[in-house]
Amino acid sequence: MGTSVTVIVGAGQAGSELATSLRQHGYADSVVLIGDEDYVPYRRPPLSKTYLSDEVTLESLFLKPRAAYEKHAIECRFGIGVESIDRAARSLRLYDGSVLRYDKLALTTGGRPRRLSVPGAERSNVHYIRTVAGIDRLKQQFGEGKRLVIIGGGYIGLETASVGIKKGLHVTVVEALPRVLARVTAPEISAFYERVHRGHGVDLRTGVGVHALEGSGDTCTVVLADGTRLAADLVVIGVGLIPNTELAEAAGIEVSNGIVVDRYAVTSDPDIVAAGDCTNHDNVFLGRRLRLESVPNALEQARVAAASILGRPRVYDAVPWFWSDQYDLKLQMVGLSQDYDDLIVRGDMDANSFTAFYLKDGVVISADSVNRPQDFMVAKRLVAERAAVPSERLRDDAVPLKSLLQATA
Amino acid sequence: MTKIVFIEHTGTEHVIEAENGKSVMQTAVDNMVPGIVGDCGGCCSCATCHGYVEKTWVAKLPPKTDDESMMLEGALAVQDNSRLTCQISVQPELDGLVVRLPASQL
Repeated sequence: MGTSVTVIVGAGQAGSELATSLRQHGYADSVVLIGDEDYVPYRRPPLSKTYLSDEVTLESLFLKPRAAYEKHAIECRFGIGVESIDRAARSLRLYDGSVLRYDKLALTTGGRPRRLSVPGAERSNVHYIRTVAGIDRLKQQFGEGKRLVIIGGGYIGLETASVGIKKGLHVTVVEALPRVLARVTAPEISAFYERVHRGHGVDLRTGVGVHALEGSGDTCTVVLADGTRLAADLVVIGVGLIPNTELAEAAGIEVSNGIVVDRYAVTSDPDIVAAGDCTNHDNVFLGRRLRLESVPNALEQARVAAASILGRPRVYDAVPWFWSDQYDLKLQMVGLSQDYDDLIVRGDMDANSFTAFYLKDGVVISADSVNRPQDFMVAKRLVAERAAVPSERLRDDAVPLKSLLQATA
Repeated sequence: MTKIVFIEHTGTEHVIEAENGKSVMQTAVDNMVPGIVGDCGGCCSCATCHGYVEKTWVAKLPPKTDDESMMLEGALAVQDNSRLTCQISVQPELDGLVVRLPASQL
């Protein structure tokens, strides 16, 4: 190993991938990976799905075993947080008082759940979905017959509702906006998911906020803005993510709804890169800045950040994509649908098998596929190519989607 | 332990002693084999663990599920021997399995 040191702060999926990518591309100097959770870096998506439903083990969430990091000389320091960055001295102070020197620094600090700021929200039966520790605590109360109230009808809330139904809980979802998934999908798709959840027995209430959580002991009452009182044994809150930017901000690194990075994942300090949920990046494909909360973004941005550290910069130009599993529905999404002017549905919503294409000025900008992985794979390419496809052909299930790709090539 | 051989598109070989029960994708990731990404973690949502199984092995593998077939249907550079390696569990009878990796997973 050489004498240069790269320190990675944040041992989530971005941090782990950044370390891996450095080694895969021949980085021979020291790599230190620091994380404040006690665990080896793990996959978070199963936390609201198969880990909550007890279908998978904790070990299966680990991206790779600890031995893999050690074998590739990635020094792991887990269970310890970073207190401050001294950019002038190029050093970090950890909460145990130790000081670490760096030559290159990577910030992959992720995010934390937005807390619900109503009276009574700090109770032992109120839960958030983000960490293994949080889910382990939730699981102890997540028993058959319990009354579960979920606040927030986004992906986290709806996935949790799906697991709740599967495990025999009585599930209520409260969403302040007029429809679920309002920030990310078309009204037609929201309506589809609302039907599905209600069909499975979820008491879904939209267009009503939460006023307070009342009561004491093992149960509580969720008081809605319209005065409705819902008795609950446990409450899960899924109302968004706050990027962990405080460390960067205190060090004078530019922050604006995320740590600001350029298209090479470099921050306002040329020796510091950042990747994942904590960043606000210049997205070349979309032609604007944004912060994304997604695993594919965390991983690919981490690889771009590693390339910058290696001195072989490449542009981050990936098309955003996402997935969500609820009941027997495999939802895969590509692109961002904001500002679409036409929605084309291919397939059969009633049969739970369709793809919704979002178009703007005749160009496919986004797609949501339900139980149609083959459509999704082609949709990814249509979006990446900014394909202009006649809407009749997109809609016609008899026309192979792949043929539309060739037509636009 | 079961021997699995990964061959990158550049020809670089990685001979791995794999743990039975893990997926072939996870085996590659655990050993930091370049060329397999596995972004979705094995839930068959991304097709970034695409590999070409050496022809003699094709018939010895468990058949594809509908999800895997459909994902491959839309993937890039697919061949008859294409598989998503997250869907193949390492078992003793796969000792010596050879998987060639595509130039790109993305």
